[in-house]
Amino acid sequence: MIAVQGLSVAIGGTPLLRGVSFGIDRGQILGLVGESGSGKSMTALAIMGLLPPGAHAAGRVVLDGTDLLGLSEPQMCDMRGRQIGMIFQEPMTALNPVQSIGDQVAETLVIHRAATRSEALRAARRRLDRVGLPEGRFPLGRFPHELSGGQRQRVCIAMAIALRPQLLIADEPTTALDVTTQARILDLLKGLVEEERMGLLLITHDLAVVAGMADRLAVMRAGEIVEQGPVADVLRERRHPYTRALVEASAHHPGADLRPTDRPLLQVAGAVRDYPQPRLRLFARPAPFRAVDEVSFEVRRGESVGLVGESGCGKSTLTRAILGLEPLQGGEIRLDGQAVSAGQRMQASLRRKMNVVFQDPYGSFNPRHRVARLIAEPFHLTGRPVDADARVAEALVSVGLTPEDRHKFIHEFSGGQRQRIAIARALITRPELIVLDEAVSALDVRVRAQILDLLADLRARLGLSYLFISHDLHVVRAITDRVLVMQAGRIVEQGPTEKVLRAPEHPYTKELLAAAPVLEVPP
Amino acid sequence: MLRFALSRLLSLGLSLLAASVVIFAAIEVIPGDPAAYMLGMNATPEAVAALRDELGLGGAALTRYLDWVSGMLRGDFGLSYTYRVPVADLVAQRLWVSVPLAGYALALSTLIALPVGLWAAARRGGPVDIGVMGATQLGIAVPNFWFAMLLVLVFAVKLRWFSAGGFPGWEAGVWPGFKALTLPAVALALPQAAILARVMRSALIETLGQDYIRSARAKGLSRGQAIRRHALRNALIPVLTILGLQFSFLLAGAIIIENVFFLPGLGRLIFQAITQRDLIVVESVVMLLVFAVILVTFLVDLAYAAVDPRLRRR
Repeated sequence: MIAVQGLSVAIGGTPLLRGVSFGIDRGQILGLVGESGSGKSMTALAIMGLLPPGAHAAGRVVLDGTDLLGLSEPQMCDMRGRQIGMIFQEPMTALNPVQSIGDQVAETLVIHRAATRSEALRAARRRLDRVGLPEGRFPLGRFPHELSGGQRQRVCIAMAIALRPQLLIADEPTTALDVTTQARILDLLKGLVEEERMGLLLITHDLAVVAGMADRLAVMRAGEIVEQGPVADVLRERRHPYTRALVEASAHHPGADLRPTDRPLLQVAGAVRDYPQPRLRLFARPAPFRAVDEVSFEVRRGESVGLVGESGCGKSTLTRAILGLEPLQGGEIRLDGQAVSAGQRMQASLRRKMNVVFQDPYGSFNPRHRVARLIAEPFHLTGRPVDADARVAEALVSVGLTPEDRHKFIHEFSGGQRQRIAIARALITRPELIVLDEAVSALDVRVRAQILDLLADLRARLGLSYLFISHDLHVVRAITDRVLVMQAGRIVEQGPTEKVLRAPEHPYTKELLAAAPVLEVPP
Repeated sequence: MLRFALSRLLSLGLSLLAASVVIFAAIEVIPGDPAAYMLGMNATPEAVAALRDELGLGGAALTRYLDWVSGMLRGDFGLSYTYRVPVADLVAQRLWVSVPLAGYALALSTLIALPVGLWAAARRGGPVDIGVMGATQLGIAVPNFWFAMLLVLVFAVKLRWFSAGGFPGWEAGVWPGFKALTLPAVALALPQAAILARVMRSALIETLGQDYIRSARAKGLSRGQAIRRHALRNALIPVLTILGLQFSFLLAGAIIIENVFFLPGLGRLIFQAITQRDLIVVESVVMLLVFAVILVTFLVDLAYAAVDPRLRRR
């Protein structure tokens, strides 16, 4: 149905895509995998005719006998939405915040003159029903800010399929979503492909997602497709070394055997965090929202503990409370026997003992400071030691960078290197506990594998304890000894990681595990 | 939406109350005798005492404040010391010039700025954009009274299309009044339009980079349709903020322009009242301006909520 033949894209003479060729039939799903910057999204945008200004495409993109690259912009506008629909990664920002969801779905029909406004709204209603947003809870007049991420992605899907296009392009459609939501969205997409006999180009960095969904798989690297074929064959044979590296990295397990001690380092006992709700009536005090509800657990010295749960379950609030950034309304948190409490100035000695690494390696550094200053930042809280420069160099070396890197600015580093710098910043005060808040979630699989190795190595060498917050069960399995499962502010299950993930007891843990896509690699 | 409006209305009332206390305190309570100040250095003690009596400065501050506020609520702003007429009449006359002038200037500036900003944003980086940015830079840099003098030279002295100044009064008819306000309104509008066009341009450019514009394009909207149907309304919020500030400024900030064109507006009234030490007029006009600014802010808040559904629930 669609055939991409020798598609090349260049911006100002720099090639971004080189001779990309693939085909998709009706009712078929092609998974396009690769790391960030490999050209996956560029391929999608080239098919859509939405390349950034200055980019030039060559080759052929043939949809039902028409070469899309030869079409004029108005002709292409007619194709988009009608013949090809597309959904994007970030559902939170993909919808116009000031327009109702009904109008946005109906717009696809109105803009293509396929229906009058009232007919279009009726059609929008049917499409929203189909994607799992029934009228009772989701009337057409709802605005995007009233919906969750998964619900917004459903609206985007309804928008993309409103005119029953032949080809749907989904660019990382579930990357920003929780595992259970991801599973439901993938189910929906699969159902739509069967029902409507659409072709689906599913772009993702996650091999496990593709393995469970796609008929065919194309592996992309540096603007080229290095291997493609039926999913099972590609995963079994792994002819190209890059495919092999990807598969291995996805299932990577740092094989260090570490024995934690029995001495507790972090003790959380009955922690409660309430948030006041907005007042609805003038004199009625609203019930507070309990984000963390009587949570108790321990992290022992040298132990790595995972904390898993969906967004909104209270993981981040709990993390902030542990770091002394949120006051508690009940219970207490002790680090090495000393109480951690927000609001008062934390003692330097206590502050020194824990540090944090955040998810976003791009947003968590001041772009105008050099690396040396970025890494030395925690010294503002603990006092600058005399050997500060030597310690910066030492921290850089221990995360696999060189001391010379301290003179550079952060934009000179890749995502993985930035995350190494974030870890170096966390190590600088020689802490005992490092809180890793989704610290590897934004990284490509191969880089993620390297960072996981680094973390395991640092833990073995420095005797660190980790509190590892993640929504990704594979990563948690790879790096933690024990796991806590959090739902709606409570810890519903905890125990040794292997045991909990192999034989979960709580229904929520079971649900999480069932939803997590699994990459089963044939030997 | 109603709840939102009511809560904004409540805060409007509280702001007014706070403003009245501050103004009253600044003029009448803070040490220094207003009567002595008004009469100047050579006043005899008898004259000062007589004026104190006339102003009612003898009573307690609280009683005087309550009298002042309740007077204003009834429309009684007191008697101007220099003009010897009720301040309310004086202000009302001037408002008939200032409000139309501000509205006229604002309408002109909006009519110029929004299309120009849109045009520049849609052709970002092109010659149109560069030309617009250069022109607006000039518009911001050049003071409006200089524009005013230039306008007088060209349109009044050379071409004789407009008179160089003065205001015939609305009694002379709508058209002559309108004509007399045209040059001042243009002089006021140009710098404001330059600012507004830049705000419009940058707001639109930011909006055009948003993911939902990409979604709209993927649905088959052309670039122009995406701008009209999605970007414009989202870009309006910063534009509304600036518009609100500009109206408040235009109402009283036209002092220089009113002087250049000999217009009997509010700006000139307050300027004269200050030079003549007519504290009664100053007090009332300042209060009136505060009221106008707060009212405009309130209207801008309502406009925000009309544009952006996310604000309606608060």
